[in-house]
Parts: sequence; structure tokens; C-alpha cells
Amino acid sequence: MTAPLIEGRDLVLSFGNERVLDQVSLAIRPGEIITLIGPNGAGKSTLVKTLLGLQKADSGEVVRKRGLTIGYVPQKLAIDQVLPMTVKRFLTLTRSASRADCEAVLDQVGAGHVIDSQMSELSGGENQRVMLARALLLRPDLLVLDEPTQGVDVSGQAELYRLIDDIRRDLDCAVLMISHDLHLVMAKTDQVVCFNRHVCCSGLPETVRQHPEYRSLFGSREADAIGIYHHQHDHEHDLSGHIVDGCGHDHSHAHSQSHDHANDHITTAKEAAGTN
Amino acid sequence: MLDDFLFRAVLGGVLLALVCGPFGAFIVWRRMAFFGDMLAHTALLGVALGLLIGVDVRIGMIATCLAAALILAYGQRQSRIGSDTVLGMLAHSTLALGMVALAFVQGVAIDLMAYLFGDILAVNTGDILLLAVGGAFALGILTWMWRPLLALTVSPEIAAAESIPVERLRLIFMLLMALVIGMAIKIVGVLLITALLIVPAASARFFARTPEQMAIGAGLFGAASVLAGISLSWHVDTPAGPSIVISAAAIFVACGIVMTAKRHFARG
Repeated sequence: MTAPLIEGRDLVLSFGNERVLDQVSLAIRPGEIITLIGPNGAGKSTLVKTLLGLQKADSGEVVRKRGLTIGYVPQKLAIDQVLPMTVKRFLTLTRSASRADCEAVLDQVGAGHVIDSQMSELSGGENQRVMLARALLLRPDLLVLDEPTQGVDVSGQAELYRLIDDIRRDLDCAVLMISHDLHLVMAKTDQVVCFNRHVCCSGLPETVRQHPEYRSLFGSREADAIGIYHHQHDHEHDLSGHIVDGCGHDHSHAHSQSHDHANDHITTAKEAAGTN
Repeated sequence: MLDDFLFRAVLGGVLLALVCGPFGAFIVWRRMAFFGDMLAHTALLGVALGLLIGVDVRIGMIATCLAAALILAYGQRQSRIGSDTVLGMLAHSTLALGMVALAFVQGVAIDLMAYLFGDILAVNTGDILLLAVGGAFALGILTWMWRPLLALTVSPEIAAAESIPVERLRLIFMLLMALVIGMAIKIVGVLLITALLIVPAASARFFARTPEQMAIGAGLFGAASVLAGISLSWHVDTPAGPSIVISAAAIFVACGIVMTAKRHFARG
């Protein structure tokens, strides 16, 4: 196996008397997509911050590959109004880049028109795309996304997952994604890590869904409601929105819709139980 | 020309304003106005120590400001007491200590007012040299660490994730601030230094689209305030330091009115 880009070993961290990380070990290898899921307050962000070196662990160690470039996309970043900032300037926040490069990367994320806007004028969706574009400009080995789908509707999420997959192939980078949205996990994920202060279980999305610890953590009803995006590249899987039927009640029904993007075919699905 | 006190005052004031511009912008962005204010308070202890030990008062002021910044950086790491409380305690205890120490300085008549409100018309060639060399040094370091410091200001998370040494930069910035404030007290005084840092930066905010424009704009508005303040002082015989601050405030109000009017007309 190739050496990990970044690896946490036996991380332990307490805030006061509360243990937030309990003997957590997690390794991210080149090119891998890892989705970290867990309920609110599970310590997902804390774990990522510890891996990134933003938070010191009480014990355990974080081993980072030498010269590792990380592109970090925070959950939300509201730039203070007192700080004037164009999108162009924001893209070059930690590293300089030509205007042409900035335009290219904005086009890639579908926000080419905002280059001269002020950051404070952007909509939520545009803001998120610009955050992603900034991370891409670094040509990172590892892209870290903190709850990228928060506040994004279902078709937006599908679009985002497609984009992330394109980026991964384009840059050949690993992706670490935090999500509390159990209903939709990217099918391309190599590993879903189910986390609640410790690693409950991990593996392919389908494997995790069946795991007893996962089911006890989120409850069977919620656990069943997990939806998984599938790409056309997964021909062995069902194309028509592979969805496990939800709670089995009458009100539960699955929507499924398809978008055609040239060669890229995404199927999105949403479990109605999550929206009623 | 350096013989002329008015010329020295203008030169010293403009030099200081140009240095204060970019630093003031960072103070506004990082919401550190209180920090600047408190740091200035400690300078009085430096004056007393300088007189007691017999070193140059300017060196004493800069040294105490630097020491206070270091203590603050250490004090803010612990979380039992809020950092504003640490700041307030340190500033006012050192201010009190400075006043008590000054009472021990015998045989020297000290113009306390000159330290509180500045004495720009008494700027001498040594002060100008200090401002030029110290200012160039402070601005040089600030330029060198501009991009990472700005990244840290926008988001400490992004900065740290991308291997920017967050703690080290914070400390260097605090020390540079201490240096600038230590140099500035002669010109505008302990009580008014924060105004020269934040008011021109606030005026520049109206027009700037990038951080860099705001930093340079702040320097220019500061220089304009110095010129206007000294003219006011010259013609109407007002105290120079406060006149500079009043000019800076007037420029801010004027900018505000212009921009509001412009927006009003643009909307129709």
C-alpha cells in the first residue's frame, strides 16, 4: 500500500472532562475519497482540525507527508465587511496566480462571472464555489471539504459531487469530506468513516450502511434512509438511483431524476422520509 | 531645512502617517483597536524607566511597548481570563506604575501633557531619524509577511491548514505594532495614537476594493490629516496632536457623506 498523505495515530483529545477524540486512527492515501459522517457534535470537525494541525491532540501523533499541499475548503467563511476583497484577490490569498489561471479555475467550478465581484456580494452558492476554486488553485495533494453540501439542495449536491469527482481525476488528489447528511453520500467514496468520538466503523458506503454500530448510531430508520449517488462509471451498480427504500411507511417514496452532462450521467435520488 | 521646526513636524508626521496606514488597516481588520490603545498606555512606564535608568526616553518607550506585547502574547494563550481583561489589566497597571515611577524621578520637570497628547512641534532630527529607520524596518517586515498575515486575518483555519505559521506571525505582528506605537507617541501622544491608526484606515475603506488599496489609502489619508492638522495648528493656534486627529475625523465624515451621496444618486 502506498504511504498515506496524512495519518492520525491513536489521537486522544479532551475538552475539560469531555473526551472528544478517543483513540482515533485514520489514514488518507493518495487519490482516495474519504467521507467522514457522524451526527452533530460527534467531533468530526475537531478530528479534521487535529489532522490539519489546527488543534493539538493530548496524545497520539499526526504524520504528514513531507511537502504535502492541502487545499482546505471551510464550512462557511464570511469575510468581514471591514475587509475589502475581490474574488480575484481572495483566490490568491495564500499563493499568487495569474488572472488567466484564476479565470480558468472559476470556470471549472462554474463561477467564471464573479472574478471582479466583492466577496461580500456573493450568494451562498457562489461563495462555496469560490472557496473550492481557491483550494484548486493550489493544485493540492489533498482536498479537505468541511460539510460541502450544507445548505445545498439535492440537485446542487449531485452537481457538487460530480465536480469533486472531476477535480479528483483532474488533479489526481485525495479528498476528505465531512458530512452530517446521511441521506446522500457520494457513491465514488472509497471509504465512509462513521465517526462519533471514535471510529465506529468504516468501509464502502454499502458496507457501512449494514454495520450494526452505524445503525445504532443513527437509528435504523435513518440508517435505511441513506441514499448513495452512483456514477455511470459504476456500471455494475443500478443506474436508476440506487436507493434503499426508507422506513416503509406509505408516505415514503423515492424521487429520482437524471441529468445528462455529455458523457457524464448522474442519477440523483432523495429519500422522501427525510423531507416530510 | 531640517532646522525649521515646522518642516520637521510635517516630515515626522507624514512619515508616521505613511507607516501607520498599513498597520492601521490590519488593526481595523483584526479588530485590535483596543490592543493598540492599551499598548500605548504602557509607554508611560517606559518614559519613567528611561528617565530613572538614564537611557533615551524613546528607547524606554519602545522597549516597554515590546515587553508589554510579549507579555500580552503569553497572557492571551491562557483562557481562564478573557484576552480583553488581560489587556486592560496589563495596560492600566503599567500606566499606574508609570505614573508612580514618574513621581520618583526627581529634579526633572516632565511635561506629562506632551506624552499624553504628543508634541509634534518639538520633533527633533533624532526623532525623524528614528521614524525613518524604524518605520522602514516595520513596513519592510510587514510587506514581507503581508500575504500570510492577510490569509491569517481572513481565516486562521485556511492559513493553518496551508502550513502558515499562525502563532509566529501573530507574535511578529504584535511586536511590530509595539514598535510603531512606541515611535508614534512623540508625535500624537499616548491618548491619540489609536486614532491615527484607525481613522484613516476607516476612511480608506469607503473607496478600497482590495486590502492593498485600503492599506495604501490609509497611509495617504493619514498624511493628509497630518498636513491639515498642522496647518490648523499653525493658523488657529490649536494644539497640533489633537488637530491632526480632528482632521482625520473630518476627512472620514467627508468621505462618508460623499459616498452616501454617490450611492443615493446612483440609485436615482
